[in-house]
Amino acid sequence: MNDLFKEFDPLKDKMLRILDENGILNEQLAPALPDGKVPDFLRWMLLARAADQKALNLQRQGRMGTYASLLGQEAIQLGSAAAMGADDWFFPSYRELLVCIYRGLPLSNVYLYWMGNEIGSRIPEGVNMFPFSVPVGSQILHAVGAAWAAKLQKRKIVVAVYFGDGATSEGDFHEGLNFAGVLRAPVVFICQNNQYAISVPLRRQTAAATIAQKAVAYGFEGIRVDGNDVFACYAATKAAFDKARAGGGPTLIEAVTYRLGAHTTSDDPLRYRDDSEVEQWRASDPLTRLEKYLRARQLINDNFVAEAKAEADARVEQAVTEAEAVEPPAPPDLFQYMFKEMPASLKEQLASLTELFPLKENKRG
Amino acid sequence: MNLVEAVNSALREEMERDDRVMVLGEDVGRAGGVFRATEGLQKLFGEDRVVDTPLAESGIVGTAIGLALFGMRPVAEIQFMGFIYPAFDQIISHAGRMRNRSRGRFSVPLVIRAPYGGGIHAPEHHSESTEAIFAHTPGIKVVIPSNPYDAKGLLISAIRDPDPVVFLEPKRLYRAIKAEVPDGDYEVPIGNAAVAREGEQVTLIAWGSMVPIASDAADALAEEGIDVELIDVRTVTPLDSETIIESVKKTGRVVVVHEAPKTCGFGAEIIAMINERAFLSLSAPPQRVTGFDIVFPLLKSEHLYLPSVERISAAVRRVMEF
Repeated sequence: MNDLFKEFDPLKDKMLRILDENGILNEQLAPALPDGKVPDFLRWMLLARAADQKALNLQRQGRMGTYASLLGQEAIQLGSAAAMGADDWFFPSYRELLVCIYRGLPLSNVYLYWMGNEIGSRIPEGVNMFPFSVPVGSQILHAVGAAWAAKLQKRKIVVAVYFGDGATSEGDFHEGLNFAGVLRAPVVFICQNNQYAISVPLRRQTAAATIAQKAVAYGFEGIRVDGNDVFACYAATKAAFDKARAGGGPTLIEAVTYRLGAHTTSDDPLRYRDDSEVEQWRASDPLTRLEKYLRARQLINDNFVAEAKAEADARVEQAVTEAEAVEPPAPPDLFQYMFKEMPASLKEQLASLTELFPLKENKRG
Repeated sequence: MNLVEAVNSALREEMERDDRVMVLGEDVGRAGGVFRATEGLQKLFGEDRVVDTPLAESGIVGTAIGLALFGMRPVAEIQFMGFIYPAFDQIISHAGRMRNRSRGRFSVPLVIRAPYGGGIHAPEHHSESTEAIFAHTPGIKVVIPSNPYDAKGLLISAIRDPDPVVFLEPKRLYRAIKAEVPDGDYEVPIGNAAVAREGEQVTLIAWGSMVPIASDAADALAEEGIDVELIDVRTVTPLDSETIIESVKKTGRVVVVHEAPKTCGFGAEIIAMINERAFLSLSAPPQRVTGFDIVFPLLKSEHLYLPSVERISAAVRRVMEF
């Protein structure tokens, strides 16, 4: 599997691409995936797109707080999530809606979180992920620590961590990669290089030619993949996971993609980038590309797409209904998770708050 | 046993008792820590459990958070409190929030040990005592022992605590005092202050390296006929308000001593709490004897900065004469 990393050495200006923009597959590089699985990929990506659009609508209607869209980044999210093993874990940043729901987090949890209801960040048992991390890049170290623990405990699991190109400017990115290299921790760093950290373009984040090449300085492999090509994303992540599981240490994956929307609903990208640039990248839309391939191979037809979209809409509506039915946290909910046991000082402060707000136990609390 | 030996003893016994406990930091392994607090541990427990990490404070605390999330019991050492600030983001943004962020699903049972305070003629950034900024951080416990017995018992409690604890060791006292410290298991509970000396006329409140100085001041004041009650706070957060309030109700007079800068120091919090809960018991305005709002001076001037028996005694006389 390490051959992939040798062949696509970022220092040699190589980038892994398997499915091109016209939907033509490079059969030699194509990962072993049963034909039946690939239409499922499209189904998930359509679901994410519907869920994303719904969140943007809800935000505009005042039914959701600030939301961070994943529009355009579906291929790396789905490809990497599908490459993980059942027992593997991941640390998201805050844009990984598709990774989260593919790995089992109910969509209603994602909605609850962005609606400002803390109950959304409780990860159900059996879903191997940690809550969203908003400070940029700081979750990278947690993933390294968790992978380090897994290694010490001789558990055959791998930990993935997601972050954007902006995070690679943070000290924690460098400390995380350095620790991982020294410890040979079973961790996969997945950088979704979507070209902008809010308004600042990649060339103002780094003077390096690629992000993937930074791995070399830390003593392990990096690989640059076409982040809008779900096959390349899957293949690179699978190889990185297999390598880590076999004791081969960390890998840095740079998925070259594009954030088609705004950084969050509070941001206006018209201030810092041209429509022409966005249009260029729109031609590389990961969904269109996969759909072209699947249609050419006659794995799907109009009917499939229509049904998948209808199913996605129904799931989204269901998740919204569920999320909106959950009461906001009552005062005790706000206090009870600060420590395992509530100290006297917090009990006093809670009592002063509950004098003003009547106690109401939360249904999903 | 002195205080640094007590710390070492707590670490050794907890590592023997629970193989999830591990020590990580700069120079904690082969060198045994710059103050020798982890001396001999790597030989006993191996390089996987006593880990010399790369030199990176955020890296140490951030990975320790991940270790804790995955079932380990990491004890991270930051070499000096003045170097803890690169890790502050990890402490405040993640360690203190993970339980709440995950609504109780995940917790960070992490101890961050750091020697704090001045008085050992150290270089710049080696004498800080900024416990108040950690006390102001939700989700973190801040513990500061003042003697070997408490150091061992409190550190054992901190390691067993299911939540993150910043454990500040008064390095000035590492070797200054010896005391009887039992071999084997005992806990000094987190969140309980100690009445280090009983008295009737004035309550002196201190923690960490200020406790012996305050105790010396109490001795000197006794010769002047002033009967001092001395409270050793031991846990800054969560604060044991009860013990303090009980004492203030008895004496009616308060002096708080800390070596951290005065403005927004933890003394201000204690006095505000006393005003909220025992205002009518007070016979004089509470006083603070603290460091100053200046950068901790280099070795030739540190005696000017640190609270002394003279400054404490003067403050006590002020509240007595009010």
